[in-house]
Amino acid sequence: MSTPFTETLILTAKLAIYTTVILLVIGMPISYFLAFSRFRFKPVVEALVSMPLVLPPSVIGYYILVAYSPNYWFGSFLSDVFDVHLAFSFEGILIASVVFSVPFMVQPLTNGLRGIPVNLREASYTLGKSKAETFFRVLIPNIKPSLITAIALTFAHCIGEFGIILMVGGNIPGETRVASIAIYDEVQGLNFDMANRYALTLFLISFVILTLIYTINRRSKTWKMM
Amino acid sequence: MENDVITIDVQKELISASGRMQLNISTVVPMGELVVLFGESGAGKTTLLRMIAGLTKPDKGFIKVGNSVWFDSKKGINKSPQERNIGFVFQDYALFPNMTIFGNVAYGQNRRDEALVNKLLAKFGLTEFAARKPDKLSGGQKQRVALARALARKPDFLLLDEPLSALDSSIRTSLQNEILKAHSITNATTLLVSHDLTEVFRLAQKVIKIENGKITGTGKPDDIFLNNSISGKVQITGNIVKIQKQDTFYLLTVVTGMNQIVKVTAFENEIHDLAEGDKIMVFSKAFNPLIMKVQN
Repeated sequence: MSTPFTETLILTAKLAIYTTVILLVIGMPISYFLAFSRFRFKPVVEALVSMPLVLPPSVIGYYILVAYSPNYWFGSFLSDVFDVHLAFSFEGILIASVVFSVPFMVQPLTNGLRGIPVNLREASYTLGKSKAETFFRVLIPNIKPSLITAIALTFAHCIGEFGIILMVGGNIPGETRVASIAIYDEVQGLNFDMANRYALTLFLISFVILTLIYTINRRSKTWKMM
Repeated sequence: MENDVITIDVQKELISASGRMQLNISTVVPMGELVVLFGESGAGKTTLLRMIAGLTKPDKGFIKVGNSVWFDSKKGINKSPQERNIGFVFQDYALFPNMTIFGNVAYGQNRRDEALVNKLLAKFGLTEFAARKPDKLSGGQKQRVALARALARKPDFLLLDEPLSALDSSIRTSLQNEILKAHSITNATTLLVSHDLTEVFRLAQKVIKIENGKITGTGKPDDIFLNNSISGKVQITGNIVKIQKQDTFYLLTVVTGMNQIVKVTAFENEIHDLAEGDKIMVFSKAFNPLIMKVQN
Protein backbone atom coordinates (compact mmCIF):
# COMPACT_ATOMS: atom_id res chain seq x y z
CA MET A 1 0.00 0.00 0.00
CA SER A 2 2.66 2.40 -1.00
CA THR A 3 0.78 5.57 -1.67
CA PRO A 4 2.70 8.73 -2.45
CA PHE A 5 1.80 9.89 1.06
CA THR A 6 3.39 6.91 2.86
CA GLU A 7 6.29 6.87 0.42
CA THR A 8 7.07 10.49 1.28
CA LEU A 9 6.76 9.90 5.01
CA ILE A 10 8.99 6.82 4.87
CA LEU A 11 11.57 8.75 2.89
CA THR A 12 11.40 11.59 5.41
CA ALA A 13 11.89 9.16 8.32
CA LYS A 14 14.72 7.39 6.49
CA LEU A 15 16.53 10.67 5.90
CA ALA A 16 16.11 11.71 9.53
CA ILE A 17 17.22 8.34 10.94
CA TYR A 18 20.27 8.04 8.67
CA THR A 19 21.28 11.64 9.39
CA THR A 20 20.94 11.12 13.13
CA VAL A 21 22.96 7.90 13.16
CA ILE A 22 25.73 9.38 11.01
CA LEU A 23 25.84 12.52 13.14
CA LEU A 24 25.95 10.49 16.32
CA VAL A 25 29.09 8.77 15.08
CA ILE A 26 30.88 11.88 13.85
CA GLY A 27 29.36 14.23 16.45
CA MET A 28 30.90 12.42 19.43
CA PRO A 29 34.56 12.99 18.52
CA ILE A 30 33.80 16.58 17.44
CA SER A 31 32.05 17.24 20.77
CA TYR A 32 34.91 15.67 22.71
CA PHE A 33 37.36 17.90 20.86
CA LEU A 34 35.27 21.03 21.44
CA ALA A 35 34.71 20.20 25.12
CA PHE A 36 38.27 19.36 26.15
CA SER A 37 40.83 20.41 23.56
CA ARG A 38 43.11 23.38 24.18
CA PHE A 39 43.73 23.85 20.47
CA ARG A 40 44.47 27.49 19.80
CA PHE A 41 42.13 27.81 16.86
CA LYS A 42 39.22 26.04 18.57
CA PRO A 43 36.97 29.12 18.23
CA VAL A 44 37.30 28.79 14.45
CA VAL A 45 36.11 25.18 14.62
CA GLU A 46 33.30 26.19 16.98
CA ALA A 47 32.22 28.91 14.57
CA LEU A 48 32.23 26.51 11.62
CA VAL A 49 30.16 23.97 13.52
CA SER A 50 27.59 26.65 14.41
CA MET A 51 27.39 28.21 10.93
CA PRO A 52 24.24 26.29 9.92
CA LEU A 53 22.39 27.98 12.81
CA VAL A 54 22.88 31.45 11.38
CA LEU A 55 23.27 31.01 7.62
CA PRO A 56 20.21 30.73 5.39
CA PRO A 57 19.80 27.12 4.18
CA SER A 58 20.08 28.42 0.64
CA VAL A 59 23.67 29.57 1.23
CA ILE A 60 24.84 26.17 2.44
CA GLY A 61 22.65 24.45 -0.13
CA TYR A 62 24.25 26.54 -2.85
CA TYR A 63 27.79 25.62 -1.78
CA ILE A 64 26.89 21.95 -1.51
CA LEU A 65 25.28 21.99 -4.94
CA VAL A 66 28.41 23.62 -6.37
CA ALA A 67 30.56 20.98 -4.68
CA TYR A 68 28.45 18.20 -6.20
CA SER A 69 28.77 19.70 -9.68
CA PRO A 70 31.04 17.74 -12.07
CA ASN A 71 32.46 21.13 -13.07
CA TYR A 72 34.40 21.32 -9.80
CA TRP A 73 37.03 19.01 -8.34
CA PHE A 74 34.92 17.22 -5.69
CA GLY A 75 32.01 16.50 -8.01
CA SER A 76 34.24 15.56 -10.94
CA PHE A 77 36.33 13.31 -8.65
CA LEU A 78 33.17 11.47 -7.52
CA SER A 79 31.91 11.28 -11.08
CA ASP A 80 35.17 10.08 -12.62
CA VAL A 81 36.34 7.68 -9.93
CA PHE A 82 33.10 6.28 -8.50
CA ASP A 83 30.55 7.28 -11.14
CA VAL A 84 28.54 8.87 -8.37
CA HIS A 85 26.34 11.91 -8.95
CA LEU A 86 25.10 13.42 -5.73
CA ALA A 87 23.00 16.31 -6.96
CA PHE A 88 19.26 15.55 -6.88
CA SER A 89 19.81 12.12 -5.25
CA PHE A 90 18.96 10.68 -1.82
CA GLU A 91 22.66 10.37 -0.94
CA GLY A 92 23.08 14.01 -1.92
CA ILE A 93 20.36 15.27 0.40
CA LEU A 94 21.63 12.93 3.13
CA ILE A 95 25.08 14.56 3.07
CA ALA A 96 23.51 18.02 2.93
CA SER A 97 21.24 17.12 5.82
CA VAL A 98 24.20 15.86 7.90
CA VAL A 99 26.17 19.05 7.26
CA PHE A 100 23.19 21.22 8.06
CA SER A 101 22.31 19.41 11.33
CA VAL A 102 25.82 19.28 12.84
CA PRO A 103 25.18 21.95 15.50
CA PHE A 104 22.01 20.24 16.71
CA MET A 105 24.01 17.13 17.58
CA VAL A 106 27.29 18.73 18.63
CA GLN A 107 26.12 21.58 20.85
CA PRO A 108 24.11 19.54 23.41
CA LEU A 109 26.84 16.88 23.54
CA THR A 110 29.59 19.47 24.03
CA ASN A 111 27.65 21.20 26.80
CA GLY A 112 26.99 17.87 28.49
CA LEU A 113 30.65 16.87 28.38
CA ARG A 114 31.78 20.26 29.67
CA GLY A 115 29.45 19.88 32.63
CA ILE A 116 31.10 16.71 33.88
CA PRO A 117 33.56 17.41 36.72
CA VAL A 118 37.14 17.00 35.55
CA ASN A 119 37.73 14.76 38.58
CA LEU A 120 35.67 11.98 37.05
CA ARG A 121 37.89 11.84 33.99
CA GLU A 122 41.03 12.04 36.08
CA ALA A 123 39.77 9.34 38.44
CA SER A 124 39.23 7.07 35.46
CA TYR A 125 42.74 7.80 34.12
CA THR A 126 44.34 7.06 37.49
CA LEU A 127 42.41 3.78 37.50
CA GLY A 128 44.30 2.86 34.34
CA LYS A 129 41.56 3.49 31.79
CA SER A 130 42.31 5.02 28.39
CA LYS A 131 40.62 8.16 27.10
CA ALA A 132 38.39 6.09 24.82
CA GLU A 133 37.28 3.73 27.57
CA THR A 134 36.71 6.70 29.88
CA PHE A 135 34.60 8.33 27.18
CA PHE A 136 32.29 5.37 26.68
CA ARG A 137 32.10 4.06 30.24
CA VAL A 138 32.17 7.25 32.30
CA LEU A 139 31.45 10.33 30.19
CA ILE A 140 28.68 9.18 27.84
CA PRO A 141 26.62 7.33 30.51
CA ASN A 142 26.71 10.47 32.65
CA ILE A 143 25.42 12.83 29.97
CA LYS A 144 22.36 10.80 29.04
CA PRO A 145 19.98 13.81 29.07
CA SER A 146 22.33 15.70 26.72
CA LEU A 147 22.64 12.65 24.52
CA ILE A 148 18.88 12.21 24.26
CA THR A 149 18.42 15.93 23.63
CA ALA A 150 21.05 15.84 20.89
CA ILE A 151 19.49 12.82 19.18
CA ALA A 152 15.94 14.12 19.42
CA LEU A 153 16.84 17.65 18.28
CA THR A 154 18.81 16.33 15.31
CA PHE A 155 16.00 14.00 14.33
CA ALA A 156 13.31 16.67 14.69
CA HIS A 157 15.38 19.22 12.83
CA CYS A 158 15.96 16.79 9.95
CA ILE A 159 12.27 16.13 9.60
CA GLY A 160 11.66 19.86 9.35
CA GLU A 161 14.40 20.66 6.84
CA PHE A 162 13.16 22.41 3.75
CA GLY A 163 15.39 24.94 2.07
CA ILE A 164 18.55 22.91 1.82
CA ILE A 165 16.70 19.82 0.52
CA LEU A 166 14.98 21.89 -2.12
CA MET A 167 18.28 23.42 -3.21
CA VAL A 168 20.25 20.17 -3.32
CA GLY A 169 17.60 17.53 -3.99
CA GLY A 170 14.69 19.16 -5.75
CA ASN A 171 11.37 17.34 -5.60
CA ILE A 172 11.78 13.81 -6.98
CA PRO A 173 9.17 11.38 -5.58
CA GLY A 174 10.78 8.46 -3.72
CA GLU A 175 14.23 10.02 -4.02
CA THR A 176 14.30 13.53 -2.60
CA ARG A 177 10.67 14.44 -2.02
CA VAL A 178 10.42 14.65 1.79
CA ALA A 179 7.32 15.79 3.70
CA SER A 180 8.26 19.45 4.02
CA ILE A 181 8.80 19.68 0.26
CA ALA A 182 5.58 17.79 -0.40
CA ILE A 183 3.60 20.35 1.60
CA TYR A 184 5.01 23.14 -0.53
CA ASP A 185 4.30 21.18 -3.67
CA GLU A 186 0.72 20.32 -2.70
CA VAL A 187 -0.03 23.93 -1.82
CA GLN A 188 1.34 24.99 -5.19
CA GLY A 189 -1.04 22.48 -6.77
CA LEU A 190 -3.90 23.75 -4.56
CA ASN A 191 -4.31 20.29 -2.95
CA PHE A 192 -4.96 21.67 0.51
CA ASP A 193 -6.23 18.32 1.86
CA MET A 194 -2.92 16.61 1.19
CA ALA A 195 -0.94 19.62 2.39
CA ASN A 196 -2.95 19.53 5.58
CA ARG A 197 -2.25 15.82 6.16
CA TYR A 198 1.49 16.34 5.79
CA ALA A 199 1.47 19.46 7.90
CA LEU A 200 -0.50 17.85 10.69
CA THR A 201 1.80 14.79 10.69
CA LEU A 202 4.93 16.93 10.93
CA PHE A 203 3.35 19.10 13.60
CA LEU A 204 2.48 16.08 15.75
CA ILE A 205 5.87 14.37 15.36
CA SER A 206 7.77 17.54 16.27
CA PHE A 207 5.46 18.25 19.19
CA VAL A 208 5.90 14.76 20.62
CA ILE A 209 9.69 14.90 20.27
CA LEU A 210 10.01 18.30 21.92
CA THR A 211 7.69 17.28 24.76
CA LEU A 212 9.88 14.25 25.28
CA ILE A 213 13.03 16.38 25.47
CA TYR A 214 11.54 18.78 27.99
CA THR A 215 10.23 15.91 30.10
CA ILE A 216 13.65 14.29 30.22
CA ASN A 217 15.44 17.53 30.99
CA ARG A 218 13.07 18.36 33.81
CA ARG A 219 13.71 15.00 35.42
CA SER A 220 17.47 15.19 35.19
CA LYS A 221 18.81 17.22 38.05
CA THR A 222 21.63 19.65 37.65
CA TRP A 223 24.98 17.99 38.13
CA LYS A 224 25.65 16.82 41.64
CA MET A 225 29.13 16.00 42.82
CA MET A 226 29.48 12.36 43.67
CA MET B 1 68.91 1.03 48.32
CA GLU B 2 67.85 2.95 45.25
CA ASN B 3 65.20 0.33 44.58
CA ASP B 4 63.37 1.14 47.77
CA VAL B 5 62.86 4.85 47.43
CA ILE B 6 60.87 7.31 45.42
CA THR B 7 62.98 10.26 44.37
CA ILE B 8 61.21 13.46 43.49
CA ASP B 9 62.92 16.55 42.16
CA VAL B 10 60.49 18.80 40.32
CA GLN B 11 59.96 22.45 39.51
CA LYS B 12 56.87 24.17 38.24
CA GLU B 13 55.63 27.73 38.08
CA LEU B 14 52.19 28.02 39.61
CA ILE B 15 49.75 30.86 39.28
CA SER B 16 48.01 31.15 42.62
CA ALA B 17 45.62 33.66 44.12
CA SER B 18 48.56 35.65 45.48
CA GLY B 19 50.43 35.75 42.17
CA ARG B 20 53.11 33.60 40.61
CA MET B 21 54.84 31.04 42.77
CA GLN B 22 57.75 28.74 42.03
CA LEU B 23 57.11 25.19 43.20
CA ASN B 24 60.48 23.62 43.89
CA ILE B 25 60.36 20.23 45.56
CA SER B 26 63.17 17.80 46.11
CA THR B 27 62.68 14.87 48.44
CA VAL B 28 63.05 11.15 48.89
CA VAL B 29 60.22 8.96 50.12
CA PRO B 30 60.99 5.45 51.38
CA MET B 31 58.68 2.88 49.80
CA GLY B 32 55.94 1.49 51.98
CA GLU B 33 55.71 4.48 54.31
CA LEU B 34 52.74 6.66 55.07
CA VAL B 35 53.83 10.21 54.42
CA VAL B 36 51.75 13.31 54.99
CA LEU B 37 52.29 16.41 52.87
CA PHE B 38 51.39 19.20 55.24
CA GLY B 39 50.91 22.87 54.54
CA GLU B 40 48.50 25.75 54.15
CA SER B 41 46.14 25.68 51.19
CA GLY B 42 47.86 27.09 48.13
CA ALA B 43 51.29 25.90 49.27
CA GLY B 44 51.58 23.45 46.38
CA LYS B 45 50.79 20.14 48.12
CA THR B 46 48.01 19.10 45.78
CA THR B 47 50.04 20.09 42.73
CA LEU B 48 52.89 17.88 43.95
CA LEU B 49 50.49 14.98 44.41
CA ARG B 50 49.03 15.53 40.93
CA MET B 51 52.51 15.61 39.43
CA ILE B 52 53.26 12.22 41.01
CA ALA B 53 49.97 10.90 39.60
CA GLY B 54 50.77 12.24 36.15
CA LEU B 55 47.76 14.56 36.13
CA THR B 56 49.91 17.71 36.13
CA LYS B 57 53.16 18.03 34.22
CA PRO B 58 56.16 19.58 35.99
CA ASP B 59 58.15 22.21 34.08
CA LYS B 60 61.45 20.55 34.91
CA GLY B 61 62.94 17.73 36.92
CA PHE B 62 62.36 14.04 37.43
CA ILE B 63 60.28 11.53 39.38
CA LYS B 64 61.80 8.09 39.89
CA VAL B 65 60.04 5.22 41.57
CA GLY B 66 62.66 2.62 42.38
CA ASN B 67 64.38 2.00 39.07
CA SER B 68 61.44 3.12 37.00
CA VAL B 69 61.48 6.67 35.65
CA TRP B 70 57.99 8.20 35.67
CA PHE B 71 59.02 11.67 34.60
CA ASP B 72 62.23 13.14 33.29
CA SER B 73 62.15 16.47 31.51
CA LYS B 74 65.70 16.02 30.15
CA LYS B 75 64.98 12.66 28.56
CA GLY B 76 61.47 13.66 27.55
CA ILE B 77 59.87 10.86 29.61
CA ASN B 78 56.39 11.48 30.96
CA LYS B 79 54.39 8.37 31.80
CA SER B 80 50.65 8.83 31.57
CA PRO B 81 48.53 8.31 34.72
CA GLN B 82 47.38 5.02 33.19
CA GLU B 83 50.96 3.72 33.09
CA ARG B 84 51.69 4.60 36.72
CA ASN B 85 50.24 1.97 39.02
CA ILE B 86 48.61 4.37 41.46
CA GLY B 87 45.43 4.77 43.43
CA PHE B 88 44.20 8.36 43.70
CA VAL B 89 41.57 9.48 46.21
CA PHE B 90 40.03 12.88 45.55
CA GLN B 91 38.74 15.33 48.14
CA ASP B 92 35.26 15.18 46.61
CA TYR B 93 35.34 11.39 46.09
CA ALA B 94 34.87 11.49 42.27
CA LEU B 95 32.76 8.32 42.27
CA PHE B 96 31.14 7.39 38.97
CA PRO B 97 27.42 8.22 39.38
CA ASN B 98 26.34 5.81 36.64
CA MET B 99 27.81 2.76 38.36
CA THR B 100 26.88 0.89 41.51
CA ILE B 101 29.23 0.82 44.47
CA PHE B 102 30.37 -2.61 43.35
CA GLY B 103 30.84 -1.31 39.80
CA ASN B 104 32.87 1.66 41.05
CA VAL B 105 35.24 -0.56 43.01
CA ALA B 106 35.56 -3.12 40.20
CA TYR B 107 36.10 -0.45 37.50
CA GLY B 108 39.84 -0.02 38.01
CA GLN B 109 40.71 -3.71 37.90
CA ASN B 110 42.64 -4.81 34.85
CA ARG B 111 41.40 -8.32 35.32
CA ARG B 112 38.03 -8.61 37.01
CA ASP B 113 38.46 -10.10 40.47
CA GLU B 114 35.07 -10.17 42.18
CA ALA B 115 36.46 -11.89 45.24
CA LEU B 116 38.83 -8.99 45.89
CA VAL B 117 36.06 -6.44 45.32
CA ASN B 118 33.82 -8.23 47.82
CA LYS B 119 36.68 -8.48 50.28
CA LEU B 120 37.37 -4.75 50.03
CA LEU B 121 33.68 -3.91 50.36
CA ALA B 122 33.55 -6.02 53.52
CA LYS B 123 36.77 -4.49 54.90
CA PHE B 124 35.34 -0.99 54.60
CA GLY B 125 31.85 -1.92 55.81
CA LEU B 126 30.24 -1.37 52.41
CA THR B 127 28.83 -4.82 51.63
CA GLU B 128 25.23 -3.78 52.18
CA PHE B 129 25.60 -0.86 49.74
CA ALA B 130 27.17 -2.91 46.93
CA ALA B 131 24.16 -2.65 44.60
CA ARG B 132 23.41 1.02 45.33
CA LYS B 133 24.41 4.09 43.36
CA PRO B 134 26.80 6.61 44.95
CA ASP B 135 24.21 9.38 45.35
CA LYS B 136 22.45 7.30 48.01
CA LEU B 137 25.50 7.33 50.28
CA SER B 138 26.75 9.76 52.93
CA GLY B 139 30.06 11.61 52.52
CA GLY B 140 31.94 9.25 54.80
CA GLN B 141 30.57 6.21 53.00
CA LYS B 142 31.47 7.71 49.63
CA GLN B 143 35.04 8.30 50.72
CA ARG B 144 35.28 4.69 51.91
CA VAL B 145 34.12 3.60 48.45
CA ALA B 146 36.78 5.83 46.90
CA LEU B 147 39.42 4.20 49.12
CA ALA B 148 38.24 0.70 48.22
CA ARG B 149 38.19 1.66 44.53
CA ALA B 150 41.75 2.96 44.70
CA LEU B 151 42.92 -0.26 46.36
CA ALA B 152 41.09 -2.64 44.00
CA ARG B 153 43.81 -2.42 41.38
CA LYS B 154 46.57 -3.14 43.93
CA PRO B 155 48.44 0.13 43.51
CA ASP B 156 52.09 0.57 44.42
CA PHE B 157 51.34 4.14 45.34
CA LEU B 158 48.28 5.43 47.15
CA LEU B 159 47.75 9.17 46.73
CA LEU B 160 45.15 10.90 48.89
CA ASP B 161 44.28 14.53 48.20
CA GLU B 162 42.77 15.97 51.40
CA PRO B 163 40.44 12.98 51.60
CA LEU B 164 38.85 13.99 54.87
CA SER B 165 38.50 17.74 54.57
CA ALA B 166 34.89 17.60 53.31
CA LEU B 167 33.76 15.46 56.25
CA ASP B 168 32.53 16.10 59.79
CA SER B 169 35.08 15.70 62.53
CA SER B 170 33.39 12.62 64.03
CA ILE B 171 33.49 10.82 60.68
CA ARG B 172 37.06 11.98 60.14
CA THR B 173 38.32 10.02 63.11
CA SER B 174 36.81 6.78 61.86
CA LEU B 175 38.09 7.41 58.34
CA GLN B 176 41.57 8.03 59.67
CA ASN B 177 41.39 4.45 60.90
CA GLU B 178 40.24 3.34 57.45
CA ILE B 179 43.23 5.04 55.88
CA LEU B 180 45.58 3.31 58.31
CA LYS B 181 43.78 0.08 57.43
CA ALA B 182 44.16 0.77 53.71
CA HIS B 183 47.85 1.38 54.20
CA SER B 184 48.35 -1.78 56.22
CA ILE B 185 46.34 -3.94 53.76
CA THR B 186 48.40 -2.95 50.77
CA ASN B 187 51.69 -1.77 52.16
CA ALA B 188 51.52 0.69 49.28
CA THR B 189 53.53 3.83 49.70
CA THR B 190 50.91 6.30 50.82
CA LEU B 191 51.06 10.05 50.33
CA LEU B 192 48.35 12.07 52.00
CA VAL B 193 47.80 15.78 51.56
CA SER B 194 46.50 17.50 54.67
CA HIS B 195 46.36 20.81 56.46
CA ASP B 196 45.04 19.26 59.65
CA LEU B 197 47.55 18.67 62.45
CA THR B 198 45.42 16.00 64.11
CA GLU B 199 45.56 13.99 60.91
CA VAL B 200 49.32 14.39 60.77
CA PHE B 201 49.81 13.06 64.28
CA ARG B 202 47.31 10.22 63.84
CA LEU B 203 48.56 9.01 60.48
CA ALA B 204 52.02 10.12 59.49
CA GLN B 205 55.15 8.06 59.81
CA LYS B 206 56.83 10.97 58.15
CA VAL B 207 55.79 14.54 57.43
CA ILE B 208 56.88 16.73 54.56
CA LYS B 209 56.03 20.31 55.41
CA ILE B 210 55.52 22.56 52.41
CA GLU B 211 55.33 26.35 52.51
CA ASN B 212 55.08 28.58 49.44
CA GLY B 213 56.14 25.81 47.10
CA LYS B 214 59.21 24.78 49.10
CA ILE B 215 59.85 22.03 51.61
CA THR B 216 60.53 23.60 54.99
CA GLY B 217 60.81 20.46 57.04
CA THR B 218 60.95 16.69 56.73
CA GLY B 219 60.80 14.16 59.54
CA LYS B 220 58.66 12.57 62.18
CA PRO B 221 55.64 14.63 63.29
CA ASP B 222 57.12 15.15 66.76
CA ASP B 223 60.36 16.48 65.32
CA ILE B 224 58.65 18.86 62.96
CA PHE B 225 55.89 20.29 65.07
CA LEU B 226 56.95 19.99 68.68
CA ASN B 227 59.71 22.02 70.07
CA ASN B 228 62.12 19.50 71.51
CA SER B 229 63.21 21.76 74.30
CA ILE B 230 59.80 21.37 75.87
CA SER B 231 59.53 18.30 78.02
CA GLY B 232 55.93 18.98 78.90
CA LYS B 233 53.86 16.26 80.42
CA VAL B 234 50.64 17.21 78.69
CA GLN B 235 50.53 18.90 75.30
CA ILE B 236 47.52 20.18 73.46
CA THR B 237 47.65 22.05 70.16
CA GLY B 238 44.78 24.12 68.89
CA ASN B 239 43.60 27.47 67.68
CA ILE B 240 42.69 30.41 69.88
CA VAL B 241 39.09 31.36 69.29
CA LYS B 242 38.68 33.93 72.04
CA ILE B 243 40.91 36.03 74.29
CA GLN B 244 39.17 37.54 77.34
CA LYS B 245 40.81 39.90 79.82
CA GLN B 246 40.10 39.09 83.46
CA ASP B 247 41.38 41.09 86.47
CA THR B 248 45.05 40.23 86.37
CA PHE B 249 45.24 37.56 83.71
CA TYR B 250 43.71 36.52 80.41
CA LEU B 251 41.39 33.61 79.64
CA LEU B 252 42.08 31.87 76.34
CA THR B 253 39.50 29.64 74.68
CA VAL B 254 41.27 27.10 72.50
CA VAL B 255 39.70 24.65 70.06
CA THR B 256 41.84 21.59 69.52
CA GLY B 257 42.20 19.55 66.38
CA MET B 258 39.73 17.09 67.84
CA ASN B 259 37.18 19.91 68.15
CA GLN B 260 37.51 20.02 71.90
CA ILE B 261 37.12 23.34 73.65
CA VAL B 262 39.76 24.05 76.25
CA LYS B 263 40.00 27.11 78.49
CA VAL B 264 43.37 28.14 79.80
CA THR B 265 44.69 31.10 81.67
CA ALA B 266 47.54 33.21 80.44
CA PHE B 267 49.52 36.15 81.72
CA GLU B 268 50.31 39.42 80.06
CA ASN B 269 53.83 38.33 79.08
CA GLU B 270 52.51 35.21 77.37
CA ILE B 271 49.74 36.93 75.50
CA HIS B 272 51.60 39.86 73.96
CA ASP B 273 52.16 38.22 70.54
CA LEU B 274 49.01 36.10 70.44
CA ALA B 275 45.83 36.89 68.57
CA GLU B 276 42.57 35.10 67.92
CA GLY B 277 43.07 32.50 65.20
CA ASP B 278 46.68 31.76 66.16
CA LYS B 279 47.73 28.16 66.50
CA ILE B 280 49.25 27.48 69.91
CA MET B 281 50.48 24.61 71.97
CA VAL B 282 49.36 24.37 75.58
CA PHE B 283 51.56 22.24 77.80
CA SER B 284 52.06 21.72 81.45
CA LYS B 285 55.06 20.34 83.18
CA ALA B 286 54.87 21.48 86.74
CA PHE B 287 52.76 18.65 88.03
CA ASN B 288 51.60 15.19 87.14
CA PRO B 289 48.29 15.37 85.32
CA LEU B 290 45.30 13.49 86.68
CA ILE B 291 43.78 10.93 84.37
CA MET B 292 40.22 9.68 84.41
CA LYS B 293 38.49 7.23 82.07
CA VAL B 294 35.68 8.78 80.05
CA GLN B 295 32.40 6.86 80.28
CA ASN B 296 30.80 6.44 76.87
